[in-house]
Amino acid sequence: MSLRIENVSVHYGPRAVLSGLHLDVAEHEILAVTGPSGCGKSTLLRALAGLLPVSSGRILSSDVPVRSASAERALVFQDDGLLPWRSVRRNVELPLAIRRVPRARRRAEAESWLTQVGLTGYEDHLPRELSGGMRQRVQLARTLAGSPRVILADEPFGALDAQTRTAMQRLLVEVWGRRPSTVVFVTHDVDEALYLADRVAVLTRDGRLAKIVESSRPRTAGPAVEAERTEVLDGLVAA
Amino acid sequence: MTQTLEHEPAVAEAAPAPPRRRFSRLAVRAFSILAALALWELLTAFDVDLWLHFDRLPTPVEVARDLGYQLGTAVYYQDLLDSLRRIVTGFALAAVFGIALGTAIARSRGTADVVQPLLEVLRPIPAIAVVPIAILLFPTNEQGIVFITFLAAFFPVVVSTRHAVRALPVVWEDAIRTMGGSRRRVLWNVVLPGALPGVFGGLSVGMGVSWICVISAEMISGEFGVGYRTWQAYTVVDYPGVIVGMLTIGLLGWLTSAAVELLGRRATRWLPRGENS
Repeated sequence: MSLRIENVSVHYGPRAVLSGLHLDVAEHEILAVTGPSGCGKSTLLRALAGLLPVSSGRILSSDVPVRSASAERALVFQDDGLLPWRSVRRNVELPLAIRRVPRARRRAEAESWLTQVGLTGYEDHLPRELSGGMRQRVQLARTLAGSPRVILADEPFGALDAQTRTAMQRLLVEVWGRRPSTVVFVTHDVDEALYLADRVAVLTRDGRLAKIVESSRPRTAGPAVEAERTEVLDGLVAA
Repeated sequence: MTQTLEHEPAVAEAAPAPPRRRFSRLAVRAFSILAALALWELLTAFDVDLWLHFDRLPTPVEVARDLGYQLGTAVYYQDLLDSLRRIVTGFALAAVFGIALGTAIARSRGTADVVQPLLEVLRPIPAIAVVPIAILLFPTNEQGIVFITFLAAFFPVVVSTRHAVRALPVVWEDAIRTMGGSRRRVLWNVVLPGALPGVFGGLSVGMGVSWICVISAEMISGEFGVGYRTWQAYTVVDYPGVIVGMLTIGLLGWLTSAAVELLGRRATRWLPRGENS
């Protein structure tokens, strides 16, 4: 599923959070979005999800205008996206229940997703009993269980320590490799952006597109190409 | 896959007090109650009249004797059950309608515009002041009393539900909606469970106010019920009976509040909290 952002502006009152944004995301592409704080990255994701109406312009999802939220475009949050009163298993079962998967199959399917993110044995824990990294694994499992065609991730690893973050990035690449989907990934971390994404979009403070940097070696281990790093950082500083 | 599956227990276990200190604390608490009883006995048995007329107050022994007598009569239990039935009916209605209306106000601007002005006007009126109107409107006294009980608990439940629903983080709802969940799904799987801790705050307050109002309403217009019996005892100058009534009310109030509290704890077990809170 491809996404097209056509001349999109979003205003909160008189303040423009996004202004005249053009962006195309190809099917099965991973696009990273970065920019200074408050540049409308989260707003962009919520608009793409169909949770927030745009003030002008339009958003197309496989050439169909986005009007409301749908299971095709799932949001992943930084933290606290899980329902704290549901056990790990019941959190992952939720999208299955919404998709009307029969109760008997939900459990097996949820457990299979939890195995894929390495959480076997934690099915009956509550989110608060897990570490931040484990909670993000659960969120990943929950998102994948909904089999969305687009994943919109809002700094999903932003609250994790460096080591856990690296493990989560690798896990994401591994899972994505098995079952590719279109991903828009908001991050503050330039190295994370260049490692995960095919392209990195840099937004300015007033919600315009500053530049797009192509990553030459997406999803391959090792440090990012220095020239690309510098280019993204230059964009961020200028923004 | 390189992964660190550390399991951090989020709740620190509070260290239990050493047995000897726990025992001595228990002894202090028991002593405090016994001392108060002893003081009461002394003041009343010696007919102390120091501005306050303790000479007219029954002694604890007299009250205990009367309690023992009443425990052997059928009417005591009849009163108890009548009051309990009124409380449970009124409170259950208040819980259902209060949660429904509080949620509707918080979730729908239209409902808020229609209902909220009316609520704000009616809310400051104490439920007990509505007794004359309740007697006028309802075909039977019984229904009037249940209505007063309902009204007393209704407002705290509405207000706390409204606040709890408004305070819900938006990410949970966003998550459900981007899974393709309907409004009803959001309501049942996010709004109601998420608001439950706040709602139970309102239910606890509501239970307390309900008792005040059921007793007062029974005193004014009841037939049977602990409040009615207590007032009856007063009109025939049976002070031990009054105090037995008071103790019964206290006990029932405590039991029902504890039941709400217990239910609340069970329903919100997922909340992070220490063992002693």
